[in-house]
Amino acid sequence: MDALTATRELDLSTVPLRSVNALLHGRPVDGHPPLGPEESVVLTRPRGAHAVAVGLEEPRQVRVEGHVGYYAAGMNQRADVVIEGNAGVGVAENMMSGSVTVRGNASQSAGATAHGGLLVVEGDAAARCGISMKGVDIVVGGSVGHMSAFMAQAGRLVVRGDAGDALGDSIYEARLYVRGSVASLGADCVAKQMGPAHLEELAGLLKAAGFEDDDPATYTRYGSARSLYHFHTDNAY
Amino acid sequence: MCGIVGLHLRDPELHPRLGELLTGMLCEMQDRGADSAGVAVYGDPRWSPPGRVSVSFVPPARVSTRAQGLLAGLLGTDVVVVPAGQTLVAHVDAAVGVEALRTAVAATWPEALLAGFGADVAVLKGVGHPRDLAEDFGLPAAQGWQGVGHTRMATESAVTPGGCHPYAVGSDQCLVHNGSFSNHATIRRDLRAAGHVFDSENDTEVGARFVADRLAAGYDVETALKELCGTFDGFYTLLVSNADSFAVVRDAIACKPAVVAETDAWVAVASEYRALVGLPGIEQARLFEPEPERIYAWTR
Repeated sequence: MDALTATRELDLSTVPLRSVNALLHGRPVDGHPPLGPEESVVLTRPRGAHAVAVGLEEPRQVRVEGHVGYYAAGMNQRADVVIEGNAGVGVAENMMSGSVTVRGNASQSAGATAHGGLLVVEGDAAARCGISMKGVDIVVGGSVGHMSAFMAQAGRLVVRGDAGDALGDSIYEARLYVRGSVASLGADCVAKQMGPAHLEELAGLLKAAGFEDDDPATYTRYGSARSLYHFHTDNAY
Repeated sequence: MCGIVGLHLRDPELHPRLGELLTGMLCEMQDRGADSAGVAVYGDPRWSPPGRVSVSFVPPARVSTRAQGLLAGLLGTDVVVVPAGQTLVAHVDAAVGVEALRTAVAATWPEALLAGFGADVAVLKGVGHPRDLAEDFGLPAAQGWQGVGHTRMATESAVTPGGCHPYAVGSDQCLVHNGSFSNHATIRRDLRAAGHVFDSENDTEVGARFVADRLAAGYDVETALKELCGTFDGFYTLLVSNADSFAVVRDAIACKPAVVAETDAWVAVASEYRALVGLPGIEQARLFEPEPERIYAWTR
């Protein structure tokens, strides 16, 4: 097999998760040769396991064939992880760089606290998507649940469907783009004008996520009204 | 953290496999709580034969083999007592009535915990590891059309059989809970004032007695659960079942997890997807997470 196109298949129903993650971290595992620098990895039969492919630090293509549990691809750096199924709580939480793609739906807190990289959820994401996001880009093909982008500090969240209650509550400087309806806006989150730079930024994000046919002009931008940044006596109880 | 599971079988061909499937679901959720566990099984021929009514109870210590004779003597009729781990299931002819059997159990073992009662349900509880308890209950061999289970990590009250879920405080009803109620003491006080008697200091028991109170007042399960959402503060995913149905509801901020899977043959609910992977046809099931404060109910 050509080393450049080699693929390692690991069955999570027979290879322990810790061994799989150790291999992905470049640590020695008995009975398994180390992964080549260009070797991609396919993980089969995840059966809803937690912490699949977490903490990756090197560039690598990883495909997970099935539904995963909590914190899948958490803390990712530089790797590109594709989940061919649904993801549980906290997929790609604290991602630093690279990309994570969920072909199905994601549970709550997708992309929580993530600093960088691109998270694409092709289906819906549940509550608190992008909570405390710190620089990640998140593109959701469907809708997001309540309290999404809560305390979002930096980065961009794109929602092709609808957003639930309290979108962007206590938001800092993240930029939110929603095509559908917003059930309600959270404290200090307001709709804003779409300028040429925003349309260009959104088009780039949609293209990166594989949704380049969307018209960016059909989206609304939301962000911080910046009224909570400084103490104001009217906000005191 | 606790784990909850529920399985409602639509396809009668699966009824003989209820216990096997429920055991797999329960044991997968033991990581979410391993101090105690309980299950409610609807329609098992060992515990709930047709034409009989049963009372499930946990005696304070292992009772003598004379249990059957003691109850039969008191009731003046044939009584069958089936051991299921730390729980015993006594059943009598339906004509005797479940109230008479409950009274006889309470008179014979005043310290016993009444785990559940009715024509169709057996409620089995125990302190220990869920996998060991499932074996002790004889759960893998159970049959029937519906079952719910709970693996407990105690936060609100002691690790005792009285703290175990399910709470089955009305005939053929039961309730399991992942989460915690914060205003249960206030509501317990109101229910006590209205005449309800409690078995424990557990928060979930308050929820179960609240639902049973509303059902007894003629509410349907959806209305009862809506009122629960408006009355109780806290975090919860609740699974509420009776002889013909089960229902799921999550708190307003959906703090606690739940996944529903549905096929033509069954409906299943669990705290996490991994509890569902052993169900036949899971690959084709429709999967979703319940929306906050929306009540989902299935009937047969």
